[in-house]
Amino acid sequence: MAGTQPILQVKNLFKRFGGLIAVDHVSLDIHSGEVVGLLGDNGAGKSTLIKMISGAYKPDGGHILLNGEVVSFTTPLEARRRGIETIYQDLALCENLDASANIFLGREKMRHQLGLLRVLDRPYMLRESRQVLNQLDIRIPELRSPIRQLSGGQRQAVSIARAVYWNAHLMIMDEPTAALGVPEQLKVLELIRTLRNQGVPVLLISHNMQDVFAVADRVIVMRRGSKAGEVRISDTNENEVVGLMVGAEYNQVMKQMQNAPEEIHITTHDENDK
Amino acid sequence: MKVSDVATPDTNQDVSGKTPLRPLDIVSRGWSWLFLIILIIFFSITGQGFLNLFNFQTIGADMSLVLIMALGETFVILSGGIDLSVGFVMGLASVAAALVMSSLGSSAPLFVVVLAGLGAGLGVGLIPGLINGLIISRLRVPPFIVTLGMYGIARGAGFILSGGQPVSIQTNSIGQLGNGYLLYLLPDGRYSFFRLPSNLDGVRPSQIVQLLPLPLIFLVVVTLICAWLLSQTRFGRHTYAVGGSEEASRRAGIPVVRHTILIYMLSALLASLAGVLYTLRFSNGAADVGDPLLLTSIAAVIIGGASLFGGEGTILGTVIGALIISIIQNGLIFLSINPFWQFIAVGAVIILAVLVDQAKKKLV
Repeated sequence: MAGTQPILQVKNLFKRFGGLIAVDHVSLDIHSGEVVGLLGDNGAGKSTLIKMISGAYKPDGGHILLNGEVVSFTTPLEARRRGIETIYQDLALCENLDASANIFLGREKMRHQLGLLRVLDRPYMLRESRQVLNQLDIRIPELRSPIRQLSGGQRQAVSIARAVYWNAHLMIMDEPTAALGVPEQLKVLELIRTLRNQGVPVLLISHNMQDVFAVADRVIVMRRGSKAGEVRISDTNENEVVGLMVGAEYNQVMKQMQNAPEEIHITTHDENDK
Repeated sequence: MKVSDVATPDTNQDVSGKTPLRPLDIVSRGWSWLFLIILIIFFSITGQGFLNLFNFQTIGADMSLVLIMALGETFVILSGGIDLSVGFVMGLASVAAALVMSSLGSSAPLFVVVLAGLGAGLGVGLIPGLINGLIISRLRVPPFIVTLGMYGIARGAGFILSGGQPVSIQTNSIGQLGNGYLLYLLPDGRYSFFRLPSNLDGVRPSQIVQLLPLPLIFLVVVTLICAWLLSQTRFGRHTYAVGGSEEASRRAGIPVVRHTILIYMLSALLASLAGVLYTLRFSNGAADVGDPLLLTSIAAVIIGGASLFGGEGTILGTVIGALIISIIQNGLIFLSINPFWQFIAVGAVIILAVLVDQAKKKLV
């Protein structure tokens, strides 16, 4: 990937809420066909960071570049129009509508009836939906039944298919497996791999270390608003990443554990004070 | 703007994507049909004179006002709202229409008088709809509260406009139009459209066969337009979407504010249409003529399977709901049962409809 233009470049992004600095000069690059994990403890600034990238928050400093061009979004809708799709935990689907209606929600394909009346082109939308779902290897038993009747994983898949259909350049997924059972989690991870293979980069926010290690190429760790580290998955292990997440004390504790497992004194002095 | 740089998967699959209906689906979706058919059979057996083309024409003409109002309420309820003001909006529109038509009287051709009345009724009636929509969507006040307030405002405005008295129209031709039939047949084979044949010598009124009441024809046209609007257009799709999840609709780029305003305007428009139709049928207009229809129209929507939480319902469902109510009302008359029982019967059916709906949700 080195040498090619990154799809997304974030440069020195900064955000404060009153006296609290939520994101402190964070930079990162995401290239085509790459899954990047974003890890961090609660309050590390992950959500604030992705909300700035997806247009929900306005940064107080720094730049976001999409395909080399500086962009600035005032609403999530603007970010989406530029190809940054965020898949939220609450899915943002209309549960009373079917998969096809959701994929085309707000962007319905119309056709002319009797010359001048504009009506929904259902066959077209159904055909296109089936095609994008096939392309992503998503199996939905009955395309015309309301989303409500689908499983959590299938709904997640419909959200992702919608993003892909509308030409997402970058997919941001916030805890995509959090509400799912194990088999469904595996399907969503599989889907993330499919997206990568089709060239759509994914920024994956997760608490679940195993998920990140299963699909990510690279992981960015945040701690107290700053970037604590950035490592390739192939060059690291879970301990090192946890170490980056919680800071230096953890590494000391781990060393102590290795040297004298019986006598551990865990000191967590400044972790909870702030 | 769609993905095109990928291999096309096989598209030989069944495009229709239909799966056979399970018997359970048929019962749960079609219970209102079933109930309607049972009612018709029951009254046909028990009520002398119920099963008769002319009685069914009467049912159709009589239900026109309540169904037109219920069609507007269907859009509102589907979008997750409620419109309590339609009854008095109908009254207000009937007063406005009656004032214009009675002042024009027979000084202008009939169609000019009717069009002027229609314009006045719809124009005046749209104002409360616009205000409802603006306050609900922009100021985010719950629809129940806003339209309850408008219920009182439209009521007061109707009485002020009419001076507290019903406004009656002295022009006979208007009443003939509102109660007219498309086709008149005489026993000697003569026929005419829209009005009685001119020469009625030797023909007793009871020998004239009157087919297709004009209010019924008007009702069918309005219903078909609403069904088309809801099932075929972007407006209809967005109505379902907003009712399903306002947040998801907003995120998908649907102009939720504008859509909500349009829905309450449509509701007011249909209520006003009912008001003008009332004026044509009864040759008068009064502020409180629509009040008894409000709850009946909401009942028709609910019996028709719509969810009060929004997102579920169809025009066909509302038509069946209105038919069930009208047939109960009409059938009980043929059984010579005290008419007050019809309120109890309709009330019981509303509760039954919601019970069936809940049972259905558990089964799915």
